[in-house]
Amino acid sequence: MAPPKHRRPGFSRKAQYGLFVTYVVAIAGTIVAALLLAISIADPAGFSALRAAGAETTAPVARMFSNIRRSAQNMNATVAAYINAGSQNAALQKQAEVSRKKLIEAQALRVENARLRGLLKLSEEGESQVAVARLISSTSSSTRRVATLSIGRNFGVERAQPVRGPSGLIGRVIETGPTTARILLVTDAENLVPVMRASDGLPAFSAGLGNGTVLIKPLNLGESPFKVGDVIVTSGNGGLYPPNIPFARVIKKTSDGALAIPYADPGNTPYAVVIRPYQGEARAAQQAAAPDGETKEVAE
Amino acid sequence: MKIPVTTIRLPTRPAREYESRFDREQSLLKMLAIPIASVAIASMITALPIFTEEPLLPPLGLLMFLSWRLMRPGLLPVWSGVPFGLMDDVFSGQPFGSAGLLWSLAMLSIEIIDARAIWRDHLQDWVIAAILIAAVLLGGLWIAGMAHAAPEPAVLIPQIILSILLYPLAVRICARLDSWRLAT
Repeated sequence: MAPPKHRRPGFSRKAQYGLFVTYVVAIAGTIVAALLLAISIADPAGFSALRAAGAETTAPVARMFSNIRRSAQNMNATVAAYINAGSQNAALQKQAEVSRKKLIEAQALRVENARLRGLLKLSEEGESQVAVARLISSTSSSTRRVATLSIGRNFGVERAQPVRGPSGLIGRVIETGPTTARILLVTDAENLVPVMRASDGLPAFSAGLGNGTVLIKPLNLGESPFKVGDVIVTSGNGGLYPPNIPFARVIKKTSDGALAIPYADPGNTPYAVVIRPYQGEARAAQQAAAPDGETKEVAE
Repeated sequence: MKIPVTTIRLPTRPAREYESRFDREQSLLKMLAIPIASVAIASMITALPIFTEEPLLPPLGLLMFLSWRLMRPGLLPVWSGVPFGLMDDVFSGQPFGSAGLLWSLAMLSIEIIDARAIWRDHLQDWVIAAILIAAVLLGGLWIAGMAHAAPEPAVLIPQIILSILLYPLAVRICARLDSWRLAT
């Protein structure tokens, strides 16, 4: 189809000027957008109020769809449970038998652990939860991996609090609104998590790759010590994420580290627990002692 | 007495029966609101509980915006890329202003193409849209990379292919909305 003849408005001066003005406005608008972009790159938290407002407006619809999705999943599970009742019962009994033994061993280990901690005079703040919520959306069309949580400041959620699901670490809070909060997922390229190998405590760092996997890089040099199937947990270094939260499973060894898939799948996690930063007081003390009064924290 | 089936008529919109069929005016509100609302709602779809491992959901706001622009030249003003883009930024998770800039540049480049290639068919429009979609997505990644650590560009390939394949559907939706918009 040929475009309409709006670009040749004829002899009318008014129409000609009108056309000229639209081009001026378009170019000025582009420059304004570029300036806004420069501001938001220089200060990533600058427009967080606007984003929070956007999340708040769409949250009711997102909550509704999230509820529908959850009830559909529940329905499937209920029907499946009826069908599998017999075989599941047998399998569970067998499993309970095994877990009972494991539980007793774990009990003994916990007592021993507590005794050793007492000897070392280690005092740690336990993993204390702030609130339990659900993930209601994620930025699925952007390269940023950010999800929205169904609660915000109304439940005491604050920035830089870790978020975990039942199966593993999900991410940390980067922005809070009145009733929603935004979470930087562990798969985002910006999110670095101090981790260790569960079997021997080999320290490493995890960086998101933006495609659902994370890159695990060990601190020591040399050939990658990881094997496929290694279990990675958080190490608690740096005092943000509590230690021993299940994190990821290694799926591929690379030359200087390993590729791993996080245990927590944001699309399939029934709930998300916001927890207090590990050793929050120690971090606060550290911040007070920093030369300029505050250690810089990446806002987003 | 039994009424024959053919005589029963549903009482749909009785008022229209007696209205003039000539010289009806379209609703101005509908004419203005439908394109704006369709792009806005498409931008907000990312706020629904859709979780993807990698950026996979096509930028639906951009698809609607390009469809309206290419299907109905002259409907959206040249500067409309800025407000539509800024609104998309609120929901997309990109640094604020990134879509505002990129959509506006896309709008200006279509304006330049319009001056060169005047008679175009749907396929050519599709090619233009494909190039612009890929450019905007890669530009978005580049901008996100300036502000934060960003993944490799290869992450975007599935999303770009999916978006390009979805463009004809977006044009269809726009065409339907357009006939509703202009219906009297």
